[in-house]
Formats: sequence, structure tokens, C-alpha cells
Amino acid sequence: MEFLVCISKAPDTTTRIAFSEGDTRFNEDGVQFIVNPYDEWYALVRALELVEAGGGKVVIASVGGADVDPILRKALAIGAHEAVRIDADPRDAGQVAAELAAYAKDKGFDAILCGKETIDHNGSAVPAMMAEHLDVPCIALCTSLEYEGNKAIMTRETAGGIEKVAVSGPFVLSAAKGMSEQRIPNMRGIMAARTKPLNVVPASGASAGTSIERFALPVEKAGVTLVDADNPAELVRLLREEAKVI
Amino acid sequence: MTCIAFIQTKGGHASKASLEAAGFATGIGETVAVVSGELNGDGGLGAVGVSRVLQGPGNLDDGQIAKLVSAAADKEGAAVVVCAQDHLGKAVAGRVAVRLGAGLIAGVTAAPEGGAYTRNVFSGKATAQVVGNTDKLVVTTTPNAIGMPEPKGGTASVEAFDADLGASRVEVLEAAQPSSGNRAPLPEAELVVSAGRGMKGPENWGIIEDLADSIGATTACSRPVSDIGWRPHHEHVGQTGIAIRPNLYIAIGISGAIQHLAGVNGSKVIVVINKDPEAPFFKAADYGIVGDAFEVVPKLTEAFKAL
Repeated sequence: MEFLVCISKAPDTTTRIAFSEGDTRFNEDGVQFIVNPYDEWYALVRALELVEAGGGKVVIASVGGADVDPILRKALAIGAHEAVRIDADPRDAGQVAAELAAYAKDKGFDAILCGKETIDHNGSAVPAMMAEHLDVPCIALCTSLEYEGNKAIMTRETAGGIEKVAVSGPFVLSAAKGMSEQRIPNMRGIMAARTKPLNVVPASGASAGTSIERFALPVEKAGVTLVDADNPAELVRLLREEAKVI
Repeated sequence: MTCIAFIQTKGGHASKASLEAAGFATGIGETVAVVSGELNGDGGLGAVGVSRVLQGPGNLDDGQIAKLVSAAADKEGAAVVVCAQDHLGKAVAGRVAVRLGAGLIAGVTAAPEGGAYTRNVFSGKATAQVVGNTDKLVVTTTPNAIGMPEPKGGTASVEAFDADLGASRVEVLEAAQPSSGNRAPLPEAELVVSAGRGMKGPENWGIIEDLADSIGATTACSRPVSDIGWRPHHEHVGQTGIAIRPNLYIAIGISGAIQHLAGVNGSKVIVVINKDPEAPFFKAADYGIVGDAFEVVPKLTEAFKAL
């Protein structure tokens, strides 16, 4: 099996969020970047497990400038076999999906795995867009992936339930919790990652269908109103009369 | 301007998240709804201002639904396609955007202002105003963010609709609903009672269930609790579980790690009950009680029942 795992650079979860250029861009100064957790823990690790069990190769791809390279090296250290960076400035999900699809189109991957969303833009948009470009099914919010021969068997979340589905032929999936567990790279992996191929390929020139006009930080909460532990009835009164949610 | 709203139905009726999406669309323009499969009357769509419903065949996969919705958008000359940012929306909306050559603005949380759409970014730590660069737009609405539309009391006409959809490429082997009883599914729940490791063990969840039942809330839990198997995975809210935005979120014995907050910070009102006054969750809370959950929760249940 040959898998393409799409990787996004994301600010570490504890990052203090700030903006620059008139609140139109995320201020990356001093920000620690990580591999988007869902891409890493769920998509990448599951692809590695399947290849370790049945043979094959895991290629990782990301759209971005040279600032993405450390993230790709990290994913190589976890075990991916080769990395591809599509050289473009990613401005929206549509552009990223089009670039990833243009790269994957003639490579014959058995499946393309993504995380369920990125922790910076939270759109869950890339997998379905890529699937349409490639004219393959998109299985969103997968919690398991197994193979029976050449047939992929997946479990996915649905509105208030779960579904077990099968797909023959290539597909795109977005991976959610349950797929696999985080894997910490060991020293051997980190050393090996230095010499694994990281190919930079030119972008196809896809354009963004949307633009961010302005970022804003949410209004700070007024602060907590504490209620005495012996008087929960007062809390009920506040929820009913002040907050009006009951 | 004409909008297409893709509606997911359950038992022939539009889902709550889909009704919100339809209401959102009617705020933008004349709205034609598209459904796949069974429909009871107009599915409740006329009441939220939808004029017509195009009813396509059922049991379609994501690619077929995208073809159906795109064909409807072409037929109606729609400039905006709206659907809920739910499980199905995440598989379908992007496909429709690519088919129509439209920009996609996913997970919108408010009605557009001057063509700009507001969405949450950085896991709820910021918002972004986004505009489309294309003639057509696909917009998905975050469940529980827009709010249910005011009932307008109309009825929508229903027409059969079909397009060249090809064959399904996804075979559904098994479908299961978790046993959450009569409670609303978490992404749609308006009231949520959630508990964490402070409950000390799964055998102590009775008082959490009682509290939830006293107000008709859905139960949820923190990550450690689902990881160690005290509660089922589908109850896990937070960054790695599911993100929710109920009207009321009551967190009991949850310290409030940043990853947990990322999944619940869209809640309108947050109540924290924790015996540790230093628990970081209090900083994100509207109301709090510092106290032992085993004493406070039963009393709170009684107080709710007394309403």
C-alpha cells in the first residue's frame, strides 16, 4: 500500500494568538510550530502502522514555504519514508486542496489521509475538496481504517452515531480520535530523518477562493460569579433570571 | 439572490443543524432546499422560510450528494450554497465548492455583514472575517452558533429532482446509534453536563446522569475520562474529541486544560464546579461553585427539580 498523508504546520496549542499587518495575518513571531496534531497522531501514525504490517510506503506532503521543512522533518522522524513540499504561500483551504490534488493526481496512491481539521483554521475543508478534484470518495471523520485484501474498511462518525463503510479503490479520509495513538520519535528516527528525501516541487498555481479580511480576538469574559457551595439554588436562580439559559 | 440549502433529514424531517443552515440561507436570499431521500411533508422547511424543496433520491454517497446539490445550484442559478458544518457537511461542502468553482467558507457562526462571514479560528481563540473571491460561494454553518430561525409558518412546495449521479462508491456495511437514550446528540444539545477525573471512578456517574436528567441535558466528559474508559469516546468533548457550543455547559471535576477549553469555549454560559479554587477552568467560567462535587451536585439537582 502507498499512502499520501497531508501534513499542516500549526501553532502549538498553548500559543498566545496575535495578529500582524492590520490584523490580516497571524503573527508568527516567537511561535512554536508543530505538526497539526490530527495529521500526526491519527493520519500519519495509522498509515505507518498499515505499512509496517503489510509493506508499502508513506509519503507526506505539505503546501508552504521553507518554514514548513522542520515540520516535515519531524514527520519523517516519526517514520514517514519521504516528504514533498509544494512550494506556495497557502492562503485558503481551496488553494491547498487544489495543490495537493495536483501533486497526487498521477502518483497512484492507494489512499490519502488527512487529519479531521487543523487547529488554526478549523475548517475541515481540505479532504472533501481534494477528493472532488481527484474524483474519489471522501470518508470524513474516520475513527478506524483496516484493509481486507484491497478493500478498505472504515468506521466513521455520523450524526449521533457511527457507520462502518467499505471502499474499493482510492479515497481520501479525514482522521479523528480512535484511529491510532500519538507516537514519539526516537533518536534513531530523528537521525534517519536527516537523510530521507524532502523534495520541493513547484506549485500548480491554484488560487484562493476566499480571503481573510480581518482577524479579531474574542471579547474577554467579565469574570466568574462564584456561588456558595451550600446554596446551589442561587446558581439555579442566576441561570434562569440573569443568564436566561434554563 | 438565490441560495441553495442542502438539508440532512432524519425520519423525514430536517435536522436541527440543517434548519439553522436553512434559516441562515433565507437571511441571504430566496432559498431552495435540496434533500436526499425520505421527506415528511416539507420536512419543516417551509416554516423557516424555504420556498421550494427539491427532493432527490436517497442513500447517496458524498460524491453523489455533491453532484445533486451542484446540479440544483446550476438549475436555480444560485450564487450561494449553504449547509451545516456537521459530519455530512464536512464530506460534501468542499466537493460542491470544487464542482461550482466556488470559494468555501466553512463553519460560519453569524449572519454575513457586508459580504463578510465570521468564523472561529485557532480553536476558538480568535475569529476571522472572510470574504469570497469567486462569483459563487459555499458556506457551512456551525451547529448551535446561528440559532434556530423564527418560525414563519409557511409551507414549501416539494418537487422531485434528479441529476446524473453515477453509482455509489461507498458501501455502508453497518450503522449504529450509541445508546444515549432520549438525550439530544452532543453536537446539537443546548444543555450539556460534563464531568472529569474529579469524579474518581465510573461508578460515581449516577449523580451526573441525575443532574443531566433534571434539566434534559446531554452528558459529556473530559479526555482523560474517555481515555481510561470510564465513559464512551463519543462523549469526549475537547480539541481531540468534539467541539460543542451549547447554551449551557456545566463542567464538574474538570480542571480546564487548554485542549478541553478549545472544544467548549463556544458555549454561551459555562458553569464550573470544582473543589480546587485554583482550577484554570474558573477563568473561562461565567458561574462557579468551589466545592466537593459529591455534595454540590445532588443539591444542585434538587434545586433544578424544584423549578
